[in-house]
Amino acid sequence: MEQFLQQIASGLANGAIYACVALALVMIYVSTDHINFAQGEMAMFSAYISWQLMTWGMSFWVAFVLTVLISFAMGVLIERLILRPLHNAPVLSIIVVFIGLLAIFNSMAGAFWSYLIKEFPSPFPKSSFGIGGVIGPHQLGVVVVTLIVLGLLFVFFRYTPLGLAMRAAAQNPQMARLVGVRVDWMLALGWGLAASVGAVAGIMVAHIVYLEPNMMGGILLYAFASALVGGISNPAGAVAGGFIVGILENMVAYAGNQIEKATGVYIIGNGEKLTVALIIVIFVLTVKPAGLFGRVVVKRV
Amino acid sequence: MAGSRKWVLGLIALAFIVPLLRPVFPDVVSDYRLFLVSTMIIAAIAVLGLNLLTGFNGQFSLGHGAFYAVGAYTAAILMDKMNVPYWATIPAAAIVCFIVGYLFGLPALKLEGHYLALATFALALAVPQILKYKWLEGLTGGVQGIVLMKPEVPFGLPLSEDQWLYYFCLVVMIVLFWGAANMLNSRSGRAMMAIRDQYMAADTMGIDTALYKTVTFGISAAYTGIAGALSACAIAFVAPDSFGIFLSIKFLIGLVVGGIGSLTGSVLGGIFYVLVDNSAQSLTQFIRNDLGLPFDLSAYTVFGVLLIAIIYLMPMGIAGGLFMAYRKLRGARA
Repeated sequence: MEQFLQQIASGLANGAIYACVALALVMIYVSTDHINFAQGEMAMFSAYISWQLMTWGMSFWVAFVLTVLISFAMGVLIERLILRPLHNAPVLSIIVVFIGLLAIFNSMAGAFWSYLIKEFPSPFPKSSFGIGGVIGPHQLGVVVVTLIVLGLLFVFFRYTPLGLAMRAAAQNPQMARLVGVRVDWMLALGWGLAASVGAVAGIMVAHIVYLEPNMMGGILLYAFASALVGGISNPAGAVAGGFIVGILENMVAYAGNQIEKATGVYIIGNGEKLTVALIIVIFVLTVKPAGLFGRVVVKRV
Repeated sequence: MAGSRKWVLGLIALAFIVPLLRPVFPDVVSDYRLFLVSTMIIAAIAVLGLNLLTGFNGQFSLGHGAFYAVGAYTAAILMDKMNVPYWATIPAAAIVCFIVGYLFGLPALKLEGHYLALATFALALAVPQILKYKWLEGLTGGVQGIVLMKPEVPFGLPLSEDQWLYYFCLVVMIVLFWGAANMLNSRSGRAMMAIRDQYMAADTMGIDTALYKTVTFGISAAYTGIAGALSACAIAFVAPDSFGIFLSIKFLIGLVVGGIGSLTGSVLGGIFYVLVDNSAQSLTQFIRNDLGLPFDLSAYTVFGVLLIAIIYLMPMGIAGGLFMAYRKLRGARA
């Protein structure tokens, strides 16, 4: 039973990370209809930036805040410089540009910081944090930090004029422009926020998977699965999807373990995590593209 | 058309003669260079496979590395476990990959644009792990992969192994490109392109869009799978981690550089990505020693910058861009 609870808890911690990355994906998708294939590499790059700041002697949280700000600027710049001119480009061009960004971030991280695996510190004290044996200090910390970030985003979008303007720009660009919202800048801000949320995920996960240029590959796949399960057009759904997928992932591995113990037949385990995510992605896309909480898109023919 | 055919035949003749000059110019036509050209040929076939799907049928794939992996593993397992001769593994890989591609094409029917890219991207990310699956370990050799023998020169021909490999790859490539060119010039090819350009109109005109799309997926996968099988023969080694997402990105760069929807472009694209891949190391040395900067340049920085630059500057690929520039120059002169 305790093992079962442990699995749920670590599923929640992973889910928090997926939720962050999925939220970043959804924020870009909702406003521009693009799926950002470079989101994972951007988060990885942010994690490297914070590592660099820490080796220059900053404390974890100072580096954390600075990194989030730098990532915000990075996101805004990418939107303004690279994606803005491609506003009406065909889908293939946009996808190719995202893949180009992915390759650039990945190889630049390797060029600046080498491909050697680095340890990343955890800011959460070992002694006072965590609930005896069920959830580790870092896992609990990840969940708490994610929930704070999500809460801040919710307050921002729900209760500030800027948040309202951003929602308007995403939902109905023409109308928003008519009432004086600067839609172009709202899209850039959305990119900045997405990059920042991704940065939080990158910094939080770097302690778990260790810092290396390819660390986000699997996490990005899980974030896609989360965004799709929750409905890729619904931010709250993406967060829910993140937690659902995080727990599901651990439950599948746990069930596989139990089956192996009981019958001695290996079916599924930790080695098949990405395959599980692939199956979730294809299943949701073909069977229920709107996900659990998404809007069903009806296309006029 | 007649003029371009003369060019193609001339180039093919040249490709056949040059390796025979090895005794005359041993430094220029070295075994290593021939091997490099063989990998370019393999790359060109893989890019052609992706081009048939994306360039001519309008379906995106960021996961063609998966079919390349299936082809390579089919060839490797047949050679390693069943002692099948290497040349017989090529059609076997084509058949297996056609079936796998056709099956993947079925769910792909329901997806368009970004979503298909997303599904294939997910496939590319998951491939190395699938290859390491415990139940397949007996066949695939798990993380270690499979070590093979290099193809031997048959009939006692006075050729080196690399020369023979080069000719083998060259013949396969010529057959495949000839087949693709004929297919694209036929009724089926026009149907494929009609689906790409105007899906609704093609459907209304009575083209069986579902059948064409899934079969194209299968053919495309078979082409890329043949390239994978050839690479297994050439490198004489397969391992799961060489089939990750970056393999698919290489095919994409080949497609974009060569030109989307261009047969000649597929060859140029294949040559290009192998060249960049191979010169990255010397570029890094140049940056470190001559410029004194502490960077390890990877080929992917070049790939990434080029992908974005080409989308901005030459949407038809380098081949298309040069062709347009040539036409402009000639037009200006006349």
